[in-house]
Amino acid sequence: MRKAKIGVVVFPGSNCDHDSHFVVGEILGQDARFIWHKEGSVGDVDAVILPGGFSYGDYLRCGAIARFSPVMKDVVRFANAGGIVIGICNGFQILTEAGLLPGVLLRNESLRFICRDVFVRVENEQTRFTNACRPGDVLRIPIAHGEGNYFADDETLKGLEDNRQIVFRYSNATGDVMPEANPNGSLHNIAGIVNRSGNVLGMMPHPERAADPVLRRDDGRLVFESMVRSILRTEQVFEIVNQRS
Amino acid sequence: MHVQVTVTLRTSILDPQGKAVEHGIHSMGFTSVGNVRIGKIVDLDIDTTDGKEALRVAEEIAKKLLANPVMEDFTVTLVRNGEHRK
Repeated sequence: MRKAKIGVVVFPGSNCDHDSHFVVGEILGQDARFIWHKEGSVGDVDAVILPGGFSYGDYLRCGAIARFSPVMKDVVRFANAGGIVIGICNGFQILTEAGLLPGVLLRNESLRFICRDVFVRVENEQTRFTNACRPGDVLRIPIAHGEGNYFADDETLKGLEDNRQIVFRYSNATGDVMPEANPNGSLHNIAGIVNRSGNVLGMMPHPERAADPVLRRDDGRLVFESMVRSILRTEQVFEIVNQRS
Repeated sequence: MHVQVTVTLRTSILDPQGKAVEHGIHSMGFTSVGNVRIGKIVDLDIDTTDGKEALRVAEEIAKKLLANPVMEDFTVTLVRNGEHRK
């Protein structure tokens, strides 16, 4: 059976690159590969992951310098040609800096770095990143960021709402989207959005950190599984390939 | 030429860091102070003798990299030799 080829971009300071690679390669049994940020091309891949971390030490603004890494030119080309791109945490910040997603991630309202599990409600289960979810699913996934406070102007927000581009919203365990469930001050409780054409997703929570059944939290696997499903155009639910004992 | 770029959060954006500093200032007793905003200063040495050109280069850098127009405003100022950077 054909495998999905998924590249994980490695910037200086990325620290979730290996986790993402592990989920794709070991948990889902697909073809995972690293892409060094100095490469001029993403190569022959079906999807690109911009992983979490602190690229370039988060200097200037999170993601601002990574956006000028050589490989980013080709990531933009790949995305504009319809390629599947997911940015997680720092990757989300890089995607907004690169102009592939609207808005910006501001400092958390509390000014604190927050590292804990949160609940997000799946607002649109018909994307390339959520097609393995059921409508209204609530996922338990950790966040770990200091700048995750999503901001965009009113017009942009309206566009996101009208086009169902908001894919994940912070909620409580039963899926109620409320201010108390908002960890960082994000407008409209936004935890993840897609671009207009639906092939680029940015999310602050870390699905790759909750994707291994061994950890007893694997809701995040659905995001990667959805990507693989849409690449391979199959409805098949993946067996856990790596049955490590 | 030497150009100084200042980057500040746009006034429409809440600046929690500025707010925190404002609290500190109020705690010091300076209750007349308000609207505290925190920004960044970036100094650039640009290898040209043409002030206009230096400003143009600085502005392009600021627009593309130093500031994010969604949340920040910037200014570029030509600085005469020795005035800054002591």
